[in-house]
Amino acid sequence: MRIRSFRGGVHPPEEKITSQKPIQELPLPKKVVIPLSQHTGVPARPTVKVGDRVKTGQRIGEAQGPISSNIHTSISGKITSIENHPHPLGPPSLAITIESDGRDEHHPSVKHNNDYFKLHPNEIREIVRGAGIVGLGGAAFPTHVKLSPPEDRWIDTVILNGCECEPYLTCDHRLMIEKTYEIIEGLKIIAKTLEVTSCYVGIEKNKEDAIKAMREEIRNKANMEIVSLKTKYPQGSEKQLIEAILNRKVPSGGLPLDVGVVVQNVGTALAISEAVKKGRPLIERVITVTGRGIKNPANLRVRMGTLFKDMIDYCGGFAGKPGKIIMGGALMGFAQHTLDVPVIKGTTGILLLTEDEVNIEEPQPCIKCARCVDSCPIYLLPLYLGIYGEKELWRKCEELGALDCTECGCCAYICPARIPLVQLIKLAKQEIAAYRKKK
Amino acid sequence: MKEEHFLVSTSPHIRSAEDIPKIMYAVIIALIPVAIASIYFFRLWAIKLMAVCIITAMGTEDIFQRLRKKDITVFDGSAIITGLLLAFILPPSLPLWAASLGTFFAIALGKQIFGGLGYNIFNPALLGRAFLMATFPVLMTTWTKPFSLDVVTSATPLAQMKFAQSFVSHQSLFLGNVSGSLGETSALAILIGASFLLIRKIIDWRIPAGYLGTVVLLSSIFWFIDPKGFADPLWHLLAGGLILGAFFMAPDMVTTPVTKRGRWVFGIGCGLILIVIRSWSGLPEGVMYSILLMNAITPLINRFTHPRIFGEQK
Repeated sequence: MRIRSFRGGVHPPEEKITSQKPIQELPLPKKVVIPLSQHTGVPARPTVKVGDRVKTGQRIGEAQGPISSNIHTSISGKITSIENHPHPLGPPSLAITIESDGRDEHHPSVKHNNDYFKLHPNEIREIVRGAGIVGLGGAAFPTHVKLSPPEDRWIDTVILNGCECEPYLTCDHRLMIEKTYEIIEGLKIIAKTLEVTSCYVGIEKNKEDAIKAMREEIRNKANMEIVSLKTKYPQGSEKQLIEAILNRKVPSGGLPLDVGVVVQNVGTALAISEAVKKGRPLIERVITVTGRGIKNPANLRVRMGTLFKDMIDYCGGFAGKPGKIIMGGALMGFAQHTLDVPVIKGTTGILLLTEDEVNIEEPQPCIKCARCVDSCPIYLLPLYLGIYGEKELWRKCEELGALDCTECGCCAYICPARIPLVQLIKLAKQEIAAYRKKK
Repeated sequence: MKEEHFLVSTSPHIRSAEDIPKIMYAVIIALIPVAIASIYFFRLWAIKLMAVCIITAMGTEDIFQRLRKKDITVFDGSAIITGLLLAFILPPSLPLWAASLGTFFAIALGKQIFGGLGYNIFNPALLGRAFLMATFPVLMTTWTKPFSLDVVTSATPLAQMKFAQSFVSHQSLFLGNVSGSLGETSALAILIGASFLLIRKIIDWRIPAGYLGTVVLLSSIFWFIDPKGFADPLWHLLAGGLILGAFFMAPDMVTTPVTKRGRWVFGIGCGLILIVIRSWSGLPEGVMYSILLMNAITPLINRFTHPRIFGEQK
């Protein structure tokens, strides 16, 4: 059988140096900084004030509007400030700082539900919304929105995303091995909520042990399939994943809903199962601290709001001279200028590159080799987006489909002339959005 | 822990190891078998011609980059390729001053005038040859027999076919002991280099496939109709500069389409033009013009072969 995949993409060195390292629990941090904006959509509004005592799992920020998410404290202790703090995804933004009392006392709202299998889909949606669950694959889109498709949409398939196609990252890989049962429970809950019968888990072929564990877990379940996918970036991008598994193409500018599919990350499925069964809001997650720039790379279960420097200290500090600190993966992550930023819901990992790994190369003229064209999973012509972008011809960029770009980074990765294609396309997208708004 | 200065830049944070010099030197490596074959068949002629063309190419590039106040990129490999390729498509006994002049033209007017690497419309080596053909037609059609150090005038296999209806054997064409341009005679050597390029994915197989496929298809049809008047398809493949052109000139990245469909169009177009020139024009060979003409319409091909964006409605 031909191994399922998509057209385009690249295959960077996998660098999964932590794939065989079991998840470790990071000791309770002394303080956490919890930004009110950790998700796609409107930031939450604080519901506590400085000086308040809070208990683990207590809601401290309330979702604002339909596309937003609740925020909970990840430790028990005292609120010491509510002010702007460095944020890993952009300019400093409002965050709540909590100093730990070291007791990790749980809030009474956190309690087990033994009858969870009797819940009505709407009750499940309410629990997921209340628990502040967002997509844990990186994009952090509020999960309850994905679980509430419009009435007129017919959804027939759920896909769990266990591809983890970014180099270095291994948190989803470890979860699939260590939390297999809970992830499948989460998948069942999602399927029940959406009333679908067909479930898939897509996993890249380089994670044979995870594929085996997951297959073992779903034995005798007729409507579930674990799909082994070609190891190729960006296999875990929603559109490419759906194309690979179902051979359906999400329309340009559309959503997976338009082809009857909901995609959730495996970590999100785990969070859903924890929320529904144990009443636990989203206050911790697993991240990979990795790269040649760290002494002891590891997979860590950490509380939200833990500062990067605490995790780097726990992992033995820098190895060699640090060059770049990246939140997320090597292809789509965000470079940080300080270690004083917290883990947020969308943090999949911290990648530390050493100084000699980050030599910036001067862009050369485009030689029209078209490697970018061959690698673009959306079938754009990145070289022209770059050429027009440099000349600030934004309308040309729009005609060439700049808005369809998912910023996966294949083009810039593969470009032998080192042209910053993603940067130019991001700029083009902003400019196009700006003049469209003006109209 | 003390705060350090971290580099902040947009994703992606890693880059493929393949850069422009690596690609260019891969092409040079692929040309080594051809160079060896040409030295074997044409001895000192070959060494002199290659040396003069490479040195002139690099020197011209250096002068123009200095004049244009650009970074000097003489060692990125691209000028070496132009010089070497031009040497391969010249008659072995061409006077060295003419070779040097042609190379100067190739780099100066074929490449630097357009803005340097990446901006040229035509394949510089082919443009250099076209210039020499127009300027010194006699010198450019004076051929040497292999293994001889004197200029012993001898017609190329294509010219023999065209003007005397006599055919050189397939085996001689494949191995290369026939007269012709310096690097075009040995199909064997060219194919060794070409397979390296294809395996390393430096060139797209679609262009040579379209080019050679069209030549085989059309020449088969004509050969079936009139086996006496036309050469057989294998002979067409092996004679002249077709194989060299199809693997080392037609797939030149800078001057060919960027889309996959466009590359098919480019290859097939080259094949059509070649067969028309070889069969019905006054010239024995048409590889150079077929590629140059397709270079000229490459921007058009690009425009009309944009792929449909993922999920775009019809």
